Amino acid sequence: MSGLIFNLFIFVLASFIGFELISKVPPTLHTPLMSGANAISGITILGALIVAGQVDHQIAQYIGFVAIVFATINVVGGFMVTDRMLEMFKKKDKNNE
Amino acid sequence: MSDFLPPSIQAILPDLIQLVYLVATGIFIVGIKRLGSPATARSGNQLAALGMFIGVVVTLFDQQIITYEYIIAGIVFGAAIGAYAAKKVEMTAMPEMVAIFNGFGGGASAVVAWGEFTRFEASAIATQDLVTIGLSILIGSITFTGSFIAFGKLKGFISGNPITFPGHNIFNGLLTVGTLGLVGWLTYDPTSQLIFWLLFGIALLLGILTVIPIGGADMPVVISLLNSYSGIAASMAGFVINNNLLIISGALVGAAGLILTNIMCKAMNRSLGNVLFGAFGGDGGSGAGPAADTDKTVRETTPDDVALQCAYSDRVVVVPGYGLAVAQAQHVLKEVVDKLEKRGVEVKYGIHPVAGRMPGHMNVLLAEADVPYDQLYDMEQINPEFKSTDVVLVIGANDVVNPVAKTEPGSPIYGMPIMNVDEAERTIVFKRSLSPGFAGIDNPLFYKESNQMFFGDAKKTLQSLAKSLDDV
Repeated sequence: MSGLIFNLFIFVLASFIGFELISKVPPTLHTPLMSGANAISGITILGALIVAGQVDHQIAQYIGFVAIVFATINVVGGFMVTDRMLEMFKKKDKNNE
Repeated sequence: MSDFLPPSIQAILPDLIQLVYLVATGIFIVGIKRLGSPATARSGNQLAALGMFIGVVVTLFDQQIITYEYIIAGIVFGAAIGAYAAKKVEMTAMPEMVAIFNGFGGGASAVVAWGEFTRFEASAIATQDLVTIGLSILIGSITFTGSFIAFGKLKGFISGNPITFPGHNIFNGLLTVGTLGLVGWLTYDPTSQLIFWLLFGIALLLGILTVIPIGGADMPVVISLLNSYSGIAASMAGFVINNNLLIISGALVGAAGLILTNIMCKAMNRSLGNVLFGAFGGDGGSGAGPAADTDKTVRETTPDDVALQCAYSDRVVVVPGYGLAVAQAQHVLKEVVDKLEKRGVEVKYGIHPVAGRMPGHMNVLLAEADVPYDQLYDMEQINPEFKSTDVVLVIGANDVVNPVAKTEPGSPIYGMPIMNVDEAERTIVFKRSLSPGFAGIDNPLFYKESNQMFFGDAKKTLQSLAKSLDDV
């Protein structure tokens, strides 16, 4: 089995897991969920690390630097803003002192 | 970074890295799962952040990584910008914030593919990698520019009204086919810089042209879809660098984005195709003004009267809409509700799935004002209760309470699930004027005998109501 096909299998199976995980989420959480999922899509930072850290090609390093900045904004900003939102979600009993 | 490790460990390092990736994958899945319930959501998000941290740290041991200057500089710079933006943003501006972060994520995937393409001798890249490099650039670039246009529309930098030219959809269709053709061409002739840059440029343009004809009110759907795209772009970047963690996390996000997009479309009774290609809906008002009919009359009410009606009710339901968020009135609303509850009135919040500017946005805004989430009820939960409700306070909402959606098959919102507030004994609509909502249709609820209008900015009307409640 070639690498591409193998990767496709992983891609498709992971998509199904994603559908299963998300489909029962209550509307209350849709905005934090979108924001949190968005932060996870910053996982592309791993690719950026490799491009910026290699020494075979100077220009590719610069490009990698740009990719790291973009991806880090996505990751750090995304997780922090999601945490800020979720911090505010409280149950009633806790709230009534 | 792996130099200090003993040779025996270095030999199995690639496998070790993969195993840690497997752990990170598990953490992501559990994290997303926990994001699905209010009680565990915060820990779910923190788990996902931990998974990301582990992924980043272990990748630093990759043998391809030799120098760290650019990595450290990039992370410090990016983290500072991201953290600053996340701390400063207003909760009402959350959709814009998500759009921007999302744009950077998609952009990063495109740039990673660009770096990989630059780094190797073009003729030495395998055909399958060229396909995924091309797709990564295509999807990542569309996400990048598309998200920034969505941001501009929500912020008002760009007109929220649909901007189109004749043959717009056909032109976009041709561009899409053209870019896919260029991806194919790139695999055939990878040494051609021209093809590569044409692909990159047209993909960026396509992101702009795809989002610009969509009305401001539909932006949340677009952001959700672009969120899905950025996941798929990350997944494609994973194909390029042959990294399973990227492929899996990207696919998870891609699927999540698609489901949320679908939920939003259903809540508005629109198909995705209609949102993307229908050029429907500006960002409200659009000069339509009050209804032209003069024979219909509305009953205007006063703060004292509203206070009296609410204070002597048993059950009150609040139906908030975007007007509440715009006026930043969620804190005053909470004050009013607290006062009513002190008098023994049972108050619930009924939240339409598309109240606010994103699904669940209203929940976040109310959470910000310390409204406990178990006091918020979904449309399905609250609809059967309106019959036994004394007073419904509709605050800054319009289309989501318009009975036309049930009664007039010809109406553009016909079939959209709505809050059945007209079944309550009495409704009071807090609204600036009689102007129609973003769908541009008149609302017969306003003229019903059981309805009263409380005109004014939501914050001011609620403040005066809070004052009157003290005197009742």
